[in-house]
Amino acid sequence: MTSTEAPPVAYLDHAATSPVRPEVIEAMAPFAAERFGNASGSHRMARDARVAVEEARERVAHVLGADPTEIVFTSGGTESDNLAVLGTLADRARSGETIGAVCSAIEHAAVLEPMRAAACGAAAVLGVGAVTLDEVGVSPDGVIDLDRLAEVLGTQTVLVSVMTANNEVGTIQPIQSVADVVRRYAPVAALHTDAVQAAPYVDLAALTGACDLVSVSAHKLGGPKGVGALVVRAPNQLLPLLRGGGQEHERRSGTHDVAGIVGLAAALRVANATRAAEVSRVGALRDRLADALRCAVPNTVETASRSAVLPGHSHLRFAAVEQEELLVLLDRGGVCASAGSACASGAIEPSHVLVAMGVSPDDAGSAIRFSLGHTSTEAEVDQAVDVVANAVARLRR
Amino acid sequence: MRVLVAMSGGVDSSVAAARLVEAGHEVVGATLKLWGGSSDSGCCSVGDVDDARRVAQQIGIPHYVFDMTEAFDESVVRPYVAAHAAARTPNPCVECNRHIKFDRLLERADRLGFDMLATGHHARVVHPPGQPHQLRRGADPDKDQSYVLSMLGQDQLARVSLPIGDLRKSAVRALATELGLRTAAKPDSQDVCFIRSDEGRQRFLGSRLAFHTATVVDSASGAEMGTVDALELVTVGQRRGFAHAEDGTRRYVSAVDPDTRTVFVGRAEDVATSAVRFVPGSVTWTASALGLDAPVIAQTSAHGRPSACTFGVDSDGPGVRFEAPIRPVAPGQTIALYDRADPDRVIGAAIAA
Repeated sequence: MTSTEAPPVAYLDHAATSPVRPEVIEAMAPFAAERFGNASGSHRMARDARVAVEEARERVAHVLGADPTEIVFTSGGTESDNLAVLGTLADRARSGETIGAVCSAIEHAAVLEPMRAAACGAAAVLGVGAVTLDEVGVSPDGVIDLDRLAEVLGTQTVLVSVMTANNEVGTIQPIQSVADVVRRYAPVAALHTDAVQAAPYVDLAALTGACDLVSVSAHKLGGPKGVGALVVRAPNQLLPLLRGGGQEHERRSGTHDVAGIVGLAAALRVANATRAAEVSRVGALRDRLADALRCAVPNTVETASRSAVLPGHSHLRFAAVEQEELLVLLDRGGVCASAGSACASGAIEPSHVLVAMGVSPDDAGSAIRFSLGHTSTEAEVDQAVDVVANAVARLRR
Repeated sequence: MRVLVAMSGGVDSSVAAARLVEAGHEVVGATLKLWGGSSDSGCCSVGDVDDARRVAQQIGIPHYVFDMTEAFDESVVRPYVAAHAAARTPNPCVECNRHIKFDRLLERADRLGFDMLATGHHARVVHPPGQPHQLRRGADPDKDQSYVLSMLGQDQLARVSLPIGDLRKSAVRALATELGLRTAAKPDSQDVCFIRSDEGRQRFLGSRLAFHTATVVDSASGAEMGTVDALELVTVGQRRGFAHAEDGTRRYVSAVDPDTRTVFVGRAEDVATSAVRFVPGSVTWTASALGLDAPVIAQTSAHGRPSACTFGVDSDGPGVRFEAPIRPVAPGQTIALYDRADPDRVIGAAIAA
């Protein structure tokens, strides 16, 4: 906008990405400069980088409640999910028998798409075998149907993937109960959880205790983009997606992103140390936002009950408003929020999560996701309430 | 002014947006996602959206993508298919402008608080003080697109800006090059935007409707001259594929009757028409309705030659009578009407019956 002064920014899109924490930038800086070695080499510069990678691995393992040898560094959440899904299926497909995979219907595309690709063409995707896929539905509250999960599990099931909390609506899934059901009805299955969205707010060590595979991504935690980790609990085996120099115990080849890995460890450390306080602080801000919007904007519906969602999530539907239009006015008012996920062209795609929850297409088209995080303030929340209330009033006129 | 500019990812709308910024307006770009299927031209492909977004970045304006695929399917694609099934030849660009760009998008621009909606069409809107808003041909006679905008009315023209209508295409490209826009050398879009060039109209329609064999009949003698495989693909006025079997003289399609599955053809002089009727209720005026027997100029296709005629209404409804016979006009085509005394000025539009 050329002729108006830019409004202050109210950043309420932490679920898309969170600002990098100052402690993280500080920790990473030397590795973007003088400590540039390749961690796979043998001379002093390489050893220096390798020390940084292994110290980071130990810190990450500590927060995640895993052994350092169980940590695989990746390029982020999408790669962690793909490695968990395709790496596990490829390993189990070697038996030549038809194998079963199960996931919730509200998984992130980084889980759903590799699952579907393997089920559609195991030979092409995995090299061998055949895969059946069951996508288990959710309640209107966005929580996986455990009875249905138990029904589809069996001795043929080799992989179950249920996210820790949904990225769009924020609903927290009962992972311990999922784990109990899986151990009982699918004893040979590996249980994967995509903890990318939940990571700032849940006890990751407890999660690792219940699962075989856990995905995290640095940038949702106040770390850098392009780096993440997959916990692979012993004795689970998987085949690598990337082959080459054999880094990460042959599970993920490629020169280590030392700065990124150090950043991931720093972000996890800070997030873990501040978690309890942030859960209540961010939760209170979220309540302030949702309460004020429900008060200021008639016919505002919260998609899921607050007790069931992450502290930073507020997924709201404003009846008779088109999300595409509302986002334009929010952007103009400096409020950064989002609506579901965008397709390659940038258009807003119909949300498979809301469809699975039984939300009508019209209602789904009126939804906006506000997501708060470690930098969120009361001032941002109050600005957002003003801007949203004015925008909705204008669009309903 | 606050202006929303529709950016297709082509050079014309890129330069339209740039000119608005240069003129000091508060400009926001929007690209419409119109087609859910695969496409390689027009406003539909990911590559075009990327181009539009990058141009918006280069000229420093916000850019959004609006998904109007459902409305486009309902108002443009399905009527296009249905018209062919009824042996009519619609103009989907006109219908997209009528129902999508200058209706839904214009309404959205209003709701979002924009004063004007701009597009990269080669045509001009002028606002003479104290007089109705005018729609006029673009400055480049080879690229003029006033035909596909001819159904706009005063209410729309008051809120529409066509920033490149006063430029020739070469000047548009020169400006884009000067500004370093990545669309400067992009080829013009051709054909129907929702039909892929490697798919073609025949395959697109073939997967959406049933083709029927039709008998070809000489309209002068009544003699049967053979058959065609798909009457749904035949356009009135078409010449290709209908040469006379023995002497090789050109034959033109004068009419297609889907009920009896007959295609009528004839020599140019036999099939020429001196009058075209309008679909009742399809007539629109840019300002006020013409009186009876008003002298006008009609253009019967996007790049057709303008022909002098007279507007009239008789017991069969409205239509035009040409001063000299013209090639037959395909039912479903838009007829754009221009002022005989001021031939660049669009007066109105109608659909050929």
